[in-house]
Amino acid sequence: MIILKSETIEKIDKLVPRYPTVRSAALPLCHLVQEDQGYLSNESIEWIAERLELQPINIQELVTFYPMLRTEPTGEYHVRVCRTLPCALAGAYQTCRSFEKEFECKVGHTSEDGKVTLEFVECHADCGKGPVVMVGEDEYTDIDPEKAAGMAAKIKSGELSNGL
Amino acid sequence: MSHQETRLIFKHIDEEGYTNDIDCYVKNGGYDQLKKAVTMQPEDICAEVLTSGVRGRGGAGFPAGMKWKFLDRKSGKPIYLICNADESEPGTFKDRQIIHQDPHQLIEGMICAAFAIQAKLAFIYVRGEFFEGYKILERAIEEAREKNFLGDNILGTGYSCDIIVHRGAGAYICGEETGLIESLEGFRANPRIKPPYFPAALGAYQCPTIVNNVETLCDVKHIIEMGGEGFAKIGTPGNTGTRIWCVSGHVQKPGYYEFACADITLGQLIYDVCGGLKPGRKLKAVIPGGSSSKILRADERFTGKVKDGTEYDWGIEDIPMDFDSLMAVGSMSGSGGVIVMDDTTDMVEALANINYFYAHESCGQCTPCREGVPWMRKVTQRMVDGEAREEDADLLKSIADQIAGRTICAFGEAASWPVQSFIAKFKDEFVEKAQEQAARRKEGKETAEETTLI
Repeated sequence: MIILKSETIEKIDKLVPRYPTVRSAALPLCHLVQEDQGYLSNESIEWIAERLELQPINIQELVTFYPMLRTEPTGEYHVRVCRTLPCALAGAYQTCRSFEKEFECKVGHTSEDGKVTLEFVECHADCGKGPVVMVGEDEYTDIDPEKAAGMAAKIKSGELSNGL
Repeated sequence: MSHQETRLIFKHIDEEGYTNDIDCYVKNGGYDQLKKAVTMQPEDICAEVLTSGVRGRGGAGFPAGMKWKFLDRKSGKPIYLICNADESEPGTFKDRQIIHQDPHQLIEGMICAAFAIQAKLAFIYVRGEFFEGYKILERAIEEAREKNFLGDNILGTGYSCDIIVHRGAGAYICGEETGLIESLEGFRANPRIKPPYFPAALGAYQCPTIVNNVETLCDVKHIIEMGGEGFAKIGTPGNTGTRIWCVSGHVQKPGYYEFACADITLGQLIYDVCGGLKPGRKLKAVIPGGSSSKILRADERFTGKVKDGTEYDWGIEDIPMDFDSLMAVGSMSGSGGVIVMDDTTDMVEALANINYFYAHESCGQCTPCREGVPWMRKVTQRMVDGEAREEDADLLKSIADQIAGRTICAFGEAASWPVQSFIAKFKDEFVEKAQEQAARRKEGKETAEETTLI
């Protein structure tokens, strides 16, 4: 059984009755539990289902559909590089290669020391300032390969806030 | 040459000293239009919105007043208002600015709209990646509630309305209004078939629902302020109000610029407003309304008749930036995301990038889209990986033609239009790619070249 923080439980209890149907709270609960636990384990999925009087599959099908929901923990830093066309035109692929080199970690993977998960993501709606990079919940813009190397150094030294 | 922006929605965006809290908003005349709206008859507000001619800013450009008119008011069921703040069309970043810098403008517009359609509950479906935007909206709603601009018995009128901010989780398809509703109800965002599921009749929770874009709902506030006729004076007939053009890609000054509809041409936007291209570069192509819209080739000549019958003969730089002109040249103004590409752009790579996006985002409900879009991705990926074939251009077009029009929602078109238009306009580059690779293969060289866009 998972143990959620009391403030998470409080948020959940406040949120669920606001919706016209209980099921509407499914995606918000996935977010809240993921923020609490770092990812959605089978136990978490079962917990959400039970809380909303649904079957685990009803939650599982959301977890497998929505890209932001994760079934595995990320590294200490979760680095997301937008690769959609406007960011790509601004050099996002080169930015990502710079991160790969600095972290010694292929995009789509977590570094061996568990420090960083590096991922490509789709458009984050800030295309005028590409390449756009997210670290945890914090957004960084205009990240060229050189700036990426600088960010990577700060991540490795633990200087950069991880946004969590 | 300088071109004056008409800043209506973005009046306070990036203004020095302007903050996103309610005190600053009220100090600048905020919520005055709500105070006015609640003294009006709801149907009169709807009539003003219809008169204004305002067209949806999310992509389809459907008249918002007409959408509201379709609302089934006699069902006896609750009515819902949903603000589509998913802003997921690549190249679009206008709603982000409103949410982050002027959230109360959106909330005021929403409560005015909710009052007009007599909704008691409204939702803001905000994309999951807007972590900060979500927090800003939550705080703004609490501030508005404290001042009784929303909640129970708004401003003592007896009308009550609440707003729930609902976060998406990274799926593009949630920008499609029926997919959004499915997502809001706690399901996978598989779009619903219309008919019968027109949201105005059978929307959220099978109740009458209006779904409008962030910018459209902000327009409502300004329509109340200046009246429908006053609003219609901005722009041209059929293309009223302002548009926020989000310019990205190969320009010197990418960014968001608000102009009255048809007040500026595509050439003026690129060269005068956005400072043109990098030195020594030439314009190659423009995707004018978000990545789904059909690409325009820089050396094309566009001739024909606009919707109102006027004949035109334009080069790419002459195209007036409005709904009907961009439609007339075979593309669309869509969500206002203008993606500019200069002559360094490899069109096969650019399409491979776009296809990757749509293959990733197909919800998987309809077979032509679920199977066809990843197939198009595989073909363009193979081409950039060094295995291009001369017949690939025709193959791509053939797949795209078999997706468009054969799916429940417009995603089928959204994914096909880029392929169809890239092939129609740049087929030579797709064929050349294959020929070049064949030549290198003959010489015993590596066929794939280093890519930049995929």
